[in-house]
Amino acid sequence: MGQIIGVWIAAGLTLMIFSFLYKDNPFYKFAEHVYVGVSAAYTCFYTWDYFLMPKLINPLLQHHWLVIIPGIFGAMMLTRWFPRSAWVSRWPIAVSVGVASGLVVVQYMQGFVIPQIQNTLLPIAGPAVTFNNPITNLWNHPLNNLIIIVGTVTTLVYFYFSKKHKGFIGGTAKVGIIFIMVAFGASFGYTVMARISLLIGRIHFLINDWLLPLFRSLTH
Amino acid sequence: MNVLLAILFLMQQTPDSLSTDTVEIVRPAPPTDVIAMDTPNDVGGSVSVQWEISEDDGKGLNNVILYNVFRGQSEEGPFDYIGTVGAGRTSYDDQTVEKDKVTYYYIVKAQTKEGVESEASNVASGKAAPQWFHHGRWNILILGILFALFFAFYIRMAKGKELFIRKIAGLDAVEEAVGRSTEMGKPVLFCPGIGYLYDIATIAALTILGRVAKKTAEYETRIIMPNYDPVVMSAAQEIVKQSYTEAGRPDDFNEKDIFYLTQDQFGFAAGVDGIMLREKPGAIFLQGVFYAEALILAETGHSVGAIQIAGTDRVTLLPFFISACDYTLIGEEMFAASSYLSRDPVMLGSIKGSDAAKVAIISVILVGAILGILGGLNIGPFGTWFQSLVNWFGRG
Repeated sequence: MGQIIGVWIAAGLTLMIFSFLYKDNPFYKFAEHVYVGVSAAYTCFYTWDYFLMPKLINPLLQHHWLVIIPGIFGAMMLTRWFPRSAWVSRWPIAVSVGVASGLVVVQYMQGFVIPQIQNTLLPIAGPAVTFNNPITNLWNHPLNNLIIIVGTVTTLVYFYFSKKHKGFIGGTAKVGIIFIMVAFGASFGYTVMARISLLIGRIHFLINDWLLPLFRSLTH
Repeated sequence: MNVLLAILFLMQQTPDSLSTDTVEIVRPAPPTDVIAMDTPNDVGGSVSVQWEISEDDGKGLNNVILYNVFRGQSEEGPFDYIGTVGAGRTSYDDQTVEKDKVTYYYIVKAQTKEGVESEASNVASGKAAPQWFHHGRWNILILGILFALFFAFYIRMAKGKELFIRKIAGLDAVEEAVGRSTEMGKPVLFCPGIGYLYDIATIAALTILGRVAKKTAEYETRIIMPNYDPVVMSAAQEIVKQSYTEAGRPDDFNEKDIFYLTQDQFGFAAGVDGIMLREKPGAIFLQGVFYAEALILAETGHSVGAIQIAGTDRVTLLPFFISACDYTLIGEEMFAASSYLSRDPVMLGSIKGSDAAKVAIISVILVGAILGILGGLNIGPFGTWFQSLVNWFGRG
């Protein structure tokens, strides 16, 4: 019985959210407020259960006193409630931004910059490695390597800010923006397909979990 | 009498005369030359065990399908099972080591598909230990130092004279967008996305927010900012307050217009959509980290007739912004925009520094291409040099 009620609530809220496709209306407003409220409350408990308890309270109970430092920083954020001491909250914010910026430098170097350079160091002359699959052969053809190198270099030139996009640099940047737009086009199609699969999932729920059982119960 | 006859009959039976189906158990040869050592370039807690494959792995009886690894506290055992790898493999990383700098003992046994294990290998001992430096990542350190020198040089130069940064499309529209909102008597909506303060795009978005807030303060236009993360919200409140103070209108700052919504992705999207529909902002800034909610927000913003300026570094979401927004700052443009808008010498110097880094990267790629061509044509040692260059970037 509980499951049936759950399915009806979920189906009702789904339809209320879908009603936004027509225009803003009281049903959408209701679903929106329920969604925002419930998710905010859920986040509150989630933060307590998955962050504060295992990473602060439990270690303190086990006498791991080092966690007091981030604990104090967290408590300092709460001073925002009191206008006279609100400035104290700037310290943990500053630490967060500073540490995050430092960590991001290494992440970007390791995860983006160096792999990108390595994957662009490709041979564009010499015999092509042949495979049985013609698509694989095309992909491994030196001409494809040339396209990758030209695409990477011209895209980097597009994001070069120290010179105006005129003359040679302007022409190179235009080639770069063509590569960027081709990549975006491919990404657009790929991502739209993923979104459609989300929609299919929702409609699948409405038909199989809600409408079909309802129809069967009415016909029996 | 019958019982007595039965006993006599059984006494006459010998094992040879009993009908039995005997199964011959054939043990595979054990792996040899097992060694255990600290796993290099890690934070400790791991010992790497290596061995030579069994003589029956891929040859001989060819019946080995697995290697089982066992660990003990002493050389004599007992040894507890800790993991398995497939045939042909010659190493296993024991990442369940509880204490660093304590000696553990390992044995390895080969196993057939019938579940028959070989005799134990020789006993190998090893200790786990953390390392301060990852020796496979020299390339990151060297490039990091090189790029840092570029930044330091240009930041120093920027303090002496004004550096040129080319015009970035979309940035001039910031003033236009805020002006349009003011003329229409509508608020400006700034959405920082669903990133956290450790996301570089969120940090860039907050810098852009400072500039937008200063404009709204000068034009006496309301700025609304729903937030996904409470820490980003706190930082945003500070930045907007600072901007209003710099514009000479600290009393116009309303902290409640920069508020927390929810930390659920689609709950946040639903909430921001509702705000767009009810407040009908004249200008919408979608700056920061976005995921699947990007198109939902951009489409709703478009439907209410707002001028939209978007910016993110998420490659998969940029196409949605480009198709649904009036202006889009693409990745690096967004980071440059924050410096461009602030006109702060240090930040302008950092843009120049990153440009120098890009020139260095382009140079490496072009040198690699030339070496690749010469190497491909078998001219001199260029092929070896090309491979060395590729390997240097691929280490670690």
